[in-house]
Amino acid sequence: MADRTYRAAPPDALCVEPLGDLTLIFDRRSTQTHIVVSPMPEILAAMGADGCNAAAVAARLAAAFDLGDADGAQALVAERLVELAELGLVAPV
Amino acid sequence: MSAVRDLVALLAGRQDPAALAPRAWDGVISVARAEALLGTLACRLAEAPLPPPVAALFADQRAAVAVAQAQALWEAEMARRALTSERLEFVLLKGTAYAAAGLSCSEGRQIGDLDILIPWHEVGRVENELLESGWEWVKSDPYDDAYYREHMHELPPMIHRSRDRMIDVHHTILPRTHRRTPDPLVLVSEAVATADGFTVLCPVDMVCHCAAHLLADGDLQGGLRNLWDFHCLTRDFAAADPDFWDRLAARADKHELGPEVARAARLAQALYGATLPAGWSQPRAADRLYVRRLLARDDWGRPTDFLLQQAFYIRSHWMRMPPVLLARHLWTKWRRNQ
Amino acid sequence: MRYGTRLAVGPVQFRIGSDWAAPIAALNRLYAGYPRDEDRPADATVRLFAARPWRRRLRPSVQIGGDFTVPDALPLPLSMGLLAAEMGMNLQVALGWRRHLLLHASAVAKDGRAAILSGESGSGKSTLAALLGEDGWRLMGDEFTLVDPASGDALAFPRAVSLKNAAIAEVAARVDPARLGPLLAGTPKGDIRHLIPRADAVAAMHDPVRPALLLFPRFGGEAAVEPMGEGEAFVRLTEASTNYVALGETGFAALLRLVRETPAFAVSYPDSATGMALVDRLWAEAAR
Repeated sequence: MADRTYRAAPPDALCVEPLGDLTLIFDRRSTQTHIVVSPMPEILAAMGADGCNAAAVAARLAAAFDLGDADGAQALVAERLVELAELGLVAPV
Repeated sequence: MSAVRDLVALLAGRQDPAALAPRAWDGVISVARAEALLGTLACRLAEAPLPPPVAALFADQRAAVAVAQAQALWEAEMARRALTSERLEFVLLKGTAYAAAGLSCSEGRQIGDLDILIPWHEVGRVENELLESGWEWVKSDPYDDAYYREHMHELPPMIHRSRDRMIDVHHTILPRTHRRTPDPLVLVSEAVATADGFTVLCPVDMVCHCAAHLLADGDLQGGLRNLWDFHCLTRDFAAADPDFWDRLAARADKHELGPEVARAARLAQALYGATLPAGWSQPRAADRLYVRRLLARDDWGRPTDFLLQQAFYIRSHWMRMPPVLLARHLWTKWRRNQ
Repeated sequence: MRYGTRLAVGPVQFRIGSDWAAPIAALNRLYAGYPRDEDRPADATVRLFAARPWRRRLRPSVQIGGDFTVPDALPLPLSMGLLAAEMGMNLQVALGWRRHLLLHASAVAKDGRAAILSGESGSGKSTLAALLGEDGWRLMGDEFTLVDPASGDALAFPRAVSLKNAAIAEVAARVDPARLGPLLAGTPKGDIRHLIPRADAVAAMHDPVRPALLLFPRFGGEAAVEPMGEGEAFVRLTEASTNYVALGETGFAALLRLVRETPAFAVSYPDSATGMALVDRLWAEAAR
């Protein structure tokens, strides 16, 4: 499957609050509260304001975390990006 | 004065809120809730001197409407994400359109389902994309499904499985069997863009749809709210365009909605004090019945005038279907309920 | 409507109308000690009415309506009109109130601080709150607790406590019979009897209280106390709130603050005495 490019929600749209093992993400646009765990917040942070595909996000995350082999990391990030898109937290470019 | 008349007079600006007896607010609030106009009233009276409990309740309503409108616009955004990746265009209708376009009738307005209009030939692709993006059919009854597809102006309703919100996909604005048959091609081809990149009907079409929704597509339930939409839309569009009423009349004729638009204008004049151009305000005898139907609520917010409501209910079906089809439809529905 | 009354519970002013005199008389008796302001416009309207005109007299049955209604709600016999009124009032608050974050929880207060007890029906939160209210605590409410988004304080909603089944005898043994409503036997929720909160709890109903403990009681099983993480408490309270979604960011901020500032515990208990002792113990520890 093609590695689709997404853009993360602008930072002022989100209120991100760590709460114990969970992270709450309140989206001001939808007024929805998303309760997520790692690596969702890390993926959003790594994307910044750029259009990113899974390969780009995995590369950025690898610089900060140990993600194991590159192919596995990219596949994992790709799955998470689809979930983030369903929540509306990233949008296909 | 009755609570429903107080409500209408407050919206129209005829009633001084400071002159209303404290206990009269009970009825005004209950009727406004029943007519889905409480948020509208709260915005209309945001600066007015009010008894403190009413002012506090209205502040709550304004905050709640702001949240609800954000949620409604988000549904439009999610539909856009689902459809534009396949280059499918759609036009927002009704409440979501008014909010997306920042029109004054959207101030405090409740918004229900997301209503979108698409060209008839795209129905299949839109349906597929929505199903792939998490929307599901609400009912799976084969009769209803076939009925919708053959006779209605919209797909059977769909609901989003995680956000729990409904979308109505229209391919025209009145049932296909209706006595009036507006031209959907004109509606789509002349639609206009909003600042946020959504598409809404152009002003004359938006008003025609509003009048059709108010007078041709139902039994006038919630009519006071729809009439308020009509009143605000025509007032604002006419202020921006001196030829608006003439262009509206021409467009209404094109959509076979001339009588509905004219009646809506007269009702807006009668209830909300709308200013109409010359030639628009010759009253018709039946207008009085419409006014009575629109005001059929008591001070506890309960519907009144049962026979008149029934008459409008039967009329709404009569308008929507030829008699033989109507008889067959009611027969099937009745048999299934046995 | 033919009969009616107005009453205030906590911050909510109700207007209640009825086709019959009896439910209104019963309400007026239960709420006789509550402050009244006849001129205050109502926040919420409740209607108790006959579904068909002849149902006013012939096997009279009470339909519950108002600003908000539940479609397909079953009517109750007129003998349970008081229960219908109570259900109607709860419904308006649950579906209509927007000023505060509304938690489906009971609450009690002491020394200007509150313990909030959240749980499903059957968790014993009502009974525990009622018993604590007779034992040195101020009863804030047995059904709803309101959280003020601006201050983070808890506000009381001290309606008449709805005692059910075994709790009726347990509480009746401790209170003046004049504080009990009529026994409503065999309702869809079992036997019900209302308890009028103590006069001091009613008099203090507008006093805000800082939350100090969040408890998630569970009736049955061994006595046990388990600290609860902020994340789990947050999730559980979103589920216990009827207006969290409708409040948007205001609700999010209020709930986040509540779980961050308030220690939370899951509490299991085999009987009321043990439950009360556990609450007292946790309270003493939280106060330190």
